[in-house]
Amino acid sequence: MTKKSTTVNRRSFIKSVGIAGGGLLIGFNWLACKRSEEVIVADTALEMPDEWFELNGYLKIGDNGVVTIYSPNPEIGQNVKTSMPMMVAEELDVDWNNVIVEQAPLNTDLYSRQLAGGSQSIRQGWEPLRRAGATARYMLLQAAAKQMEVPVEELSVEDGVISHSGSDKTISYGEIAKAAAAIEIPEEDKVVLKSKNDFKIIGSSRKNVDAKKIVTGQPLFGLDTYKDGMLTAMIVHPPKFGMEFKSMDAEKIKDMPGIKDVFTIDTYPEGLQKQWSDVSAFSKLVVVLGESTWQVMQAKKALKVEWDLNPELTKKIEILEKSAGMGEVSGLESSAIHTSLMADIGSKKAETVRKDGDPEAAFKNAARIIERSYTCPFLAHNCMEPMNFFANVTEDKAELLGPIQTPEYAEKTIQERLGLDLENIDIQMTRMGGGFGRRLYGNFLVEAAVISQKAGAPVKLVYSREDDMTDGVYRPAYHVTYRAALDANNKITAFHVNAGGIKESPLFANRFPAGAIDNYLAESWTLDSNISIGAFRAPRSNFIAGAEQSFLDELAEETGQDPIQFRLDLLKKAKEKPVGENNDYDADRFAGVLEMVRDKSGWKKEDQNLNRGVSAYYCHNSYVAQILDLRVQNNEPMIDKVVCAVDCGIVVNPDAAKNMVEGGTIDGIGHALYSKISFEDGMPQQSNYDTYRLIRHKEAPKSIEVYFAENGIDPTGLGEPPFPPVIGALANALYKATGKRFYDQPYIAGLQDELKT
Amino acid sequence: MAKFNLNINGEDKTVDVDPNTPLLWVLRDHLNLVGTKYGCGIAQCGACTVHFNGSAVRSCQLPVSSLEGSKIKTIEGLSENGDHHVQQAWLEIDVPQCGYCQAGQIMSASALLDSNPNPSDEEIENAMNGNICRCGTYSRIKAAIKAASKSQIA
Ligand code: FES
Ligand code: FES
Repeated sequence: MTKKSTTVNRRSFIKSVGIAGGGLLIGFNWLACKRSEEVIVADTALEMPDEWFELNGYLKIGDNGVVTIYSPNPEIGQNVKTSMPMMVAEELDVDWNNVIVEQAPLNTDLYSRQLAGGSQSIRQGWEPLRRAGATARYMLLQAAAKQMEVPVEELSVEDGVISHSGSDKTISYGEIAKAAAAIEIPEEDKVVLKSKNDFKIIGSSRKNVDAKKIVTGQPLFGLDTYKDGMLTAMIVHPPKFGMEFKSMDAEKIKDMPGIKDVFTIDTYPEGLQKQWSDVSAFSKLVVVLGESTWQVMQAKKALKVEWDLNPELTKKIEILEKSAGMGEVSGLESSAIHTSLMADIGSKKAETVRKDGDPEAAFKNAARIIERSYTCPFLAHNCMEPMNFFANVTEDKAELLGPIQTPEYAEKTIQERLGLDLENIDIQMTRMGGGFGRRLYGNFLVEAAVISQKAGAPVKLVYSREDDMTDGVYRPAYHVTYRAALDANNKITAFHVNAGGIKESPLFANRFPAGAIDNYLAESWTLDSNISIGAFRAPRSNFIAGAEQSFLDELAEETGQDPIQFRLDLLKKAKEKPVGENNDYDADRFAGVLEMVRDKSGWKKEDQNLNRGVSAYYCHNSYVAQILDLRVQNNEPMIDKVVCAVDCGIVVNPDAAKNMVEGGTIDGIGHALYSKISFEDGMPQQSNYDTYRLIRHKEAPKSIEVYFAENGIDPTGLGEPPFPPVIGALANALYKATGKRFYDQPYIAGLQDELKT
Repeated sequence: MAKFNLNINGEDKTVDVDPNTPLLWVLRDHLNLVGTKYGCGIAQCGACTVHFNGSAVRSCQLPVSSLEGSKIKTIEGLSENGDHHVQQAWLEIDVPQCGYCQAGQIMSASALLDSNPNPSDEEIENAMNGNICRCGTYSRIKAAIKAASKSQIA
């Protein structure tokens, strides 16, 4: 490590950087900036400069021309730590090989939306990040013009070197950085962004900036935090949802080697003002504190804790009987009960969310009605790096370090919970060993802080895999029933979707095929529960896409049509004569990915004897269509190939984007085929990978092809969109291979039942 | 507590820990070698894979008391400068997403190639089946193993 000094442009600020449709504000206000001017830089392959000059909150330039770009958003494996700085570097006009990327600290005065979620980092960063690069470039050029005594219009830049057209004068960014840092930050209208045709970095593949550290095992993750005097803390939460702490025999384990203390904490005491990200089914926890992880694990095992029914969480049983469309499961819950309740409620009328035309009449007059129901279980996120956080809370300060997707909200909760001022709370983000939505909910961060405060020591909280898997915040269990009315000519006259779940409905009432069918009804319901839920990669879509795309497949078959042409015809109608007002998809782009996947896969060539399924879906502003080929061997599906067509607008980092699509595809297939969390008497029946099945090497598709639409539209995200549709393609291919439709996830259960009989 | 002499990445180390402590936690908590990851603790995920006398093993299952006289290699010791051909192939194919499982994947892959320099697809799948990747980088892992195999044979 070397210490280097940094000069900061103190007078500079950029106001009001707007983004299309968002009105996002970025304030660069250095007086409010918390970052210290002395910056510690890790030794890297690049020679470090003697002095750094910060041109704005996103970048600094060294006197030798090396550029550091701060990546504002949390990195959970979606590779924004590479692609976001690429957007800055593009407009700055620097050589990417001269760029160092650092994770920016939480600073909401400097950066907007420091959150990883909803596949929005790239979409919402597109304008502000490029603007940050372009603004710095503007200042560098102004300073160079002054020094060279030439008009700025006569200057051009290539790879961080400014040249004058009328002479052979050149000056490098490193040489002019000091002067540039003293230039007033320009008004927004003075800074012109590049035309897309001039992009050199955006659109060409750049390797993951952390890859070398990853493959050499350097400390990058929250769990890799070890600090002087740090203790390890683990929690014990109730074994069943609906239970709470009663008593324990702490004395017995206090003498065990390395054990420092055993106590309880209340993460979210009653009356605490919570953020949306504060979710936990178990607020009161037992904490075991010790010197090393193994010692704490052993003590935890030896600890005897008594649990009681939580009367508040288990009392509401009768409400069920009376409710129509809204219900509540209670007591200690079981999956068998969930399933039958959902089927029951799903067969009743629920809240109407959208209605076009006269669906009731159309169903009444139908020659034929096709009705199918689909379900999925709860899922655990199972980030490979279990939940953890480092906290060092003293009387007047909290230092927090670890993996969190929502640092901004966590900071507010910590302020409330510990009674500290915001400026005395420092949250630093580590690289995350997966997020998938789980780390949006920062209960583990708050727990770490409360434990550190109580223990009066720096603490790293570590969840065991079992703690992690049985702690809740699950992907909800969902249920949907689709009905289609057909006339005597097999034409669809009405479409009805009735969707709900525990304790969230998966319905998107304005998504396809809404807008393509004259008589349409969408209904929604929820069933309450004491099991906690949360967003999981492509929330709601991660179920409803597969269900809807399976139903459309069945409709195409029932009406004797090619499944791709069937969807294209509906999209044509949605484009030419859209029904209703709020259809939230672009029918052209939607059709575009379907046509692309059809062409690239050689769909329906007669000589092919393949079990193929197709699916297409729109979510998180991107469009994905997939075609999947499989065989069934020894009761297990073997997936030979998946072809993916993706429209996410401009692809910032193509090879990394391809990696995301491959990963989302494999992840979607794996969860729909194999994974579930089920309950008996409130107890999760899976707690580690011996009982919870995740997709493995052997089960992954043998080949995945990825194609991107080239349309120059501003980019949208990819973390989630490839996940939901492939589930439909899988179900439809399974049907081809077995002759049996698959309605209930995980599909492997139905597949093996089928093969047994 | 008891003292144990270990040979890790070619260096002799002594630790004073409970004899049942798994190598995983000795590496992470006592030897400052955090490249070896905890994922499940029950030999199901492969995140903790190291080489034990040259074979890939799950360090979460190896009590420290069973290690005397053996040679342990962790991701940190796979190469001096991160230039082992498997690491190189990983960089070339740009395998990692979140990256958490990758040290374990690389240790399994390098042990495989040491014993079988030119594995078939099926052999790769079998050897790697104990290493879970929640991010789903399996296709790239396979491509990287093939690339490493090529560079090794060449
Ligand atoms: S931690 Fe050892 S196999 Fe998972
Ligand atoms: S890269 Fe994230 S678990 Fe493998």
